[in-house]
Amino acid sequence: MADPSDLTADGQTNLIDTDYEIGQDNIQTRIGPFGLDIHNPVFAVSGLTIIAFVILTLALQEEAGAFFAWLRAALTSTFDWFFLLAGNVFVLLCLALIVSPYGSVRLGGRDARPDYGYGGWFAMLFAAGMGIGLMFYGVSEPISHFSAAVADDAGSADSWAPLAGAAGEEYAARRLGMAATIFHWGLHPWATYAVVALGLALFSYNKGLPLTMRSVFYPIFGERIWGWPGHVIDTLAVFATLFGLATSLGLGAEQANAGLEFLFGIPVTNVSKVVLIVGITGIALASVVAGLDAGVKRLSEINLVLAFLLLLFVFAVGPTMKMVSGFFLNLGAYAEYLPALSNPFGRDDDNFRQGWTAFYWAWWISWSPFVGMFIARVSRGRTVREFIVCVLLIPSLVSVLWMTAFGGTAINQLVNDGYTAVADAALELQLFMMLSELPLTAISSFIGIVLVIVFFVTSSDSGSLVIDTITAGGKVDAPLPQRVFWAVFEGLVAIALLLGGGLTALQAASVSTGFPFAIVLLLACYAIVRGLASEPR
Amino acid sequence: MFRKIMAPVDLGHLDRIRKALAASADLATHYRIPVCYVGVTTAAPGPIAHTPREFTAKLKRFAEDQAATHGIETEAKACISHDPSVDLEDTLMKAIEEIGADLVVAGSHVPGFADHIFASHSGYLAAHTSISVFIVR
Repeated sequence: MADPSDLTADGQTNLIDTDYEIGQDNIQTRIGPFGLDIHNPVFAVSGLTIIAFVILTLALQEEAGAFFAWLRAALTSTFDWFFLLAGNVFVLLCLALIVSPYGSVRLGGRDARPDYGYGGWFAMLFAAGMGIGLMFYGVSEPISHFSAAVADDAGSADSWAPLAGAAGEEYAARRLGMAATIFHWGLHPWATYAVVALGLALFSYNKGLPLTMRSVFYPIFGERIWGWPGHVIDTLAVFATLFGLATSLGLGAEQANAGLEFLFGIPVTNVSKVVLIVGITGIALASVVAGLDAGVKRLSEINLVLAFLLLLFVFAVGPTMKMVSGFFLNLGAYAEYLPALSNPFGRDDDNFRQGWTAFYWAWWISWSPFVGMFIARVSRGRTVREFIVCVLLIPSLVSVLWMTAFGGTAINQLVNDGYTAVADAALELQLFMMLSELPLTAISSFIGIVLVIVFFVTSSDSGSLVIDTITAGGKVDAPLPQRVFWAVFEGLVAIALLLGGGLTALQAASVSTGFPFAIVLLLACYAIVRGLASEPR
Repeated sequence: MFRKIMAPVDLGHLDRIRKALAASADLATHYRIPVCYVGVTTAAPGPIAHTPREFTAKLKRFAEDQAATHGIETEAKACISHDPSVDLEDTLMKAIEEIGADLVVAGSHVPGFADHIFASHSGYLAAHTSISVFIVR
């Protein structure tokens, strides 16, 4: 890790010449004893829009639920080709950058050195980006795709199987199911994050623009980016991030409560769920107050160690040799099916393509401002090549490993042992049902539930930091009470929606932002290439 | 009596620390010792500078101006903090050791209600460092 006091860690960059001074639109004031440094109008517009959406959703639950569910489904089914196409562009751009001369551009200048070592860096980007999803879908998604692919109706219009399925053929269905799962958790989501993160890091550390979403679009909008086009982009990013986090927190509390009931008999009630949200928000609050190094980084590292222990445990006590060979077989299956699965046109698997893939792509894209910005904040000093290898390729391999261990074991239990409890269980319980068939269930399940909770915390704390930075006009040194406000606000929105209803509705609204952001990110690809072209290599 | 003064400076709010700057210059003249002006920045662009390099240059220029104005020997040390909203004090504590200062002259605000919860930066330094701290309000 670079010595934070060493300012030789810098070097030649090609700053953008703009008259805009970072923080010039900010309002610096005090509310009681606490100082504020907030962007005008992004802070107020974001906050008020979010409150208005919550009130409207609570007041008109049925209408809001129906509307946002329709909107999300309409976007992912009408524009599925567009989402798939955009995802492919992100992957191809990232792969091209690895091998191109632009790969040697260093974020922060030619002599810049990384702010964080590999361990802490990887832990933070992984914990923010995907950890919680792997906990929930690591078992359920491979089982779902496998079951759909092997079913007799695979390949029919009603089937949810990927591609044409593999009706009645267990081995082929298994390969296809694992390939489809890895497709959703591998290169494409991480490429989406990488594009946003790279754009932000480049335009902030190398071009001297504020660390906020609008900066990426300077090459396209020019000075207009400091006006309403930029306000809209930043507000949309805050909206997607806060609702993405709050609704995940609310739904996650429901799922964690179900897990706690299964393990410890803690009843599923609103009180239990609110206590969970308050607990998670409280730890996230402590983490953001402790800061990036002492809080967020440390929790992420703990998280990664726990996740690695659970992975190691499943490898050790599960069918170890099958998993080792399965890793390579799944990797091969992924490579084989990748062109077909990522093909946006001329396919018949509408349910899978629109209901799974396009939905996931919208979801990843709607999360990308948050995860991308957080990755950007901790990635100064890396070369573009190193950055993409670590943000795209290594997490993708970890996803393959995770899916192989958890999904592969669950499919083994289903196929070889006839153990159907995993497939029959509710989504939130599938991980625990799988673990219950392995030795030392109490310990592994306990680690599992701790991981679920701490992954929520690491998403929540990093998300609060990101929202705070965006609503402070890109300033990363805004007063502490602001980030406390956003962490608490996120918890309150989650509780209001949990008790009043509307979690699913607003999650749909949040995922729907994936569509405008997909357009925005395609523009960002162009901006990144232009930005890199003018950098010293 | 003292060997070196450390004077933390916020280049964005020099008007707020004018008295502290004058006090550090007076003490430096009295004891014939250098003043090291310490500024803390982030790797991300901010209102003062777009890059750490630019920040360092501005801080050096500020130290040179102080030397010329007060006829004292000055130095400048720029520090990068990952999260200055939280770890500013720790960064300053580390700077004290690195530059070998034995007196801190720092500006601070008049304490209010919030100081019961969060100590001021200078208050934290006074409470946690073993060297002398002169807080100027």
